[in-house]
Amino acid sequence: MYTASDLRKGLKIVIDNEPYIIIDFQFSKPGKGQALYKCKLKNMITGVIIDKTYRSIDTFQPADLEEKKMQFLYKQDNQYCFMDMETYEQVFLTEDQVGDAKNFLTDNLEVEVLFFEGKPIGIELPNFVDIKVVKSEPWVKGDSVSSNTKPVVLETGYVIRVPTFIEEGEKIRVDTRTGEYVTRIKE
Amino acid sequence: MSQELKNDIIVLRSEILHKIREFFHRRGFIEVETPFLLPYVIPESYIDAIKAENGFLHTSPELCMKLLLGLGYEKIFQICKCFRKGEKGKLHLPEFTMLEWYHVGIDYNTLMQECESLIVFLCKELFGKEKIRYKNTEVSLTPPWERITVNEAFKRYASVSLQDAINKGLFEETMVYEIEPNLGIKKPTFLKDYPVSMAALSKIKDNHAERFELYICGLELANGYTELTDMEEMKKRLEIENKKRKALKKETYPIPKPFFLKIKHLPECSGIALGIDRLVMLLCNEENINNVVAVTPDDLNYC
Repeated sequence: MYTASDLRKGLKIVIDNEPYIIIDFQFSKPGKGQALYKCKLKNMITGVIIDKTYRSIDTFQPADLEEKKMQFLYKQDNQYCFMDMETYEQVFLTEDQVGDAKNFLTDNLEVEVLFFEGKPIGIELPNFVDIKVVKSEPWVKGDSVSSNTKPVVLETGYVIRVPTFIEEGEKIRVDTRTGEYVTRIKE
Repeated sequence: MSQELKNDIIVLRSEILHKIREFFHRRGFIEVETPFLLPYVIPESYIDAIKAENGFLHTSPELCMKLLLGLGYEKIFQICKCFRKGEKGKLHLPEFTMLEWYHVGIDYNTLMQECESLIVFLCKELFGKEKIRYKNTEVSLTPPWERITVNEAFKRYASVSLQDAINKGLFEETMVYEIEPNLGIKKPTFLKDYPVSMAALSKIKDNHAERFELYICGLELANGYTELTDMEEMKKRLEIENKKRKALKKETYPIPKPFFLKIKHLPECSGIALGIDRLVMLLCNEENINNVVAVTPDDLNYC
């Protein structure tokens, strides 16, 4: 059990049976009055952000969370399959649970799968992922006013702006936090 | 924040401390030093003491300074560290610096004037003017400052009445989120005349406590009273606070019996505690208390 004095940014607690992470925290104490602990909390399953104000008598259940390194195997219908490379255990996540990470999920990519009370709830990508460009229109100089970049389609279906020298079939490195091009990968 | 910027603040902090001492010495006050380590603390519902061997670290120098008043000292001030368990935030440190002063023969109205004079003196000496800028707001320090009762403040700024807020246990929320941000914006504000239930150790008169808090730019800086001088009444109030602590499932504190044996009455006086760290924040236009303290608990990976 946590007490209000344990509350701080980054702490993970359970509210209404769901895991929340404290993303902003403010301690206030007026005059000789009682302390107020104002928290901005993010639901770790839905991403919904809520505000709550707690007092020193409140107590909290720590969220039972675990991260496991797993490999992305395949996508079937609405399900993404990941496997633990040591135990060969497989778990499935829905498209909603994978969220925007699906844009950078290449075959065999190693990701962190997040479990809450033993059930998978989401994934965390490496900061940088190398992805193949599968479609790129040939580029003619002076085609457009924004002449230093062009849109291309990646193997995951994601459309990204890259420098004009990138060609179809090449691999590029993408920053998964911003969704932006980083560099060309020479193989 | 860069170390250079912080160094500037620490230099200014040292000048502020120097000027505070000058202000009080010029007015005939003497600086006192009293023990930090005490076998007792004054029980208060929402202030928790840090335990030390055979006692506690003081949460304020109030008890020992009142002992000195009882022994005949009339104008005393102290600048010291105070310790409060679990208080850490942008405006709080578990170990912080307090200026506390007592003045025999004056009431809280005169004390408010003395407080005005102190801060105007500091500002004039340090910056040569009676204005400060804090959080993009310019505040004129030219006296007299605004005085508003707690009841008026609720009427003016809050979505509930004072009585409803107390009955529903919403006093603190309303104070912090609705009222405080409006206090001391163009001129500093003395919020005064607290409900009797929040008198702490102040004198009760005409159904309100002669207690005030000073706000500048929404920042709570000081808490002052016309002091309660009836020792029997003081003992009762401490016992009530201990009962409240018990109801909150908090540790109760021993009543300082030797103090009451020694001091049978206090002279009529007023006293005030002012947070030095917050004063430095205000004068340096800093919003985080960590930035005005040379070494913070974070620097030591502590708390």
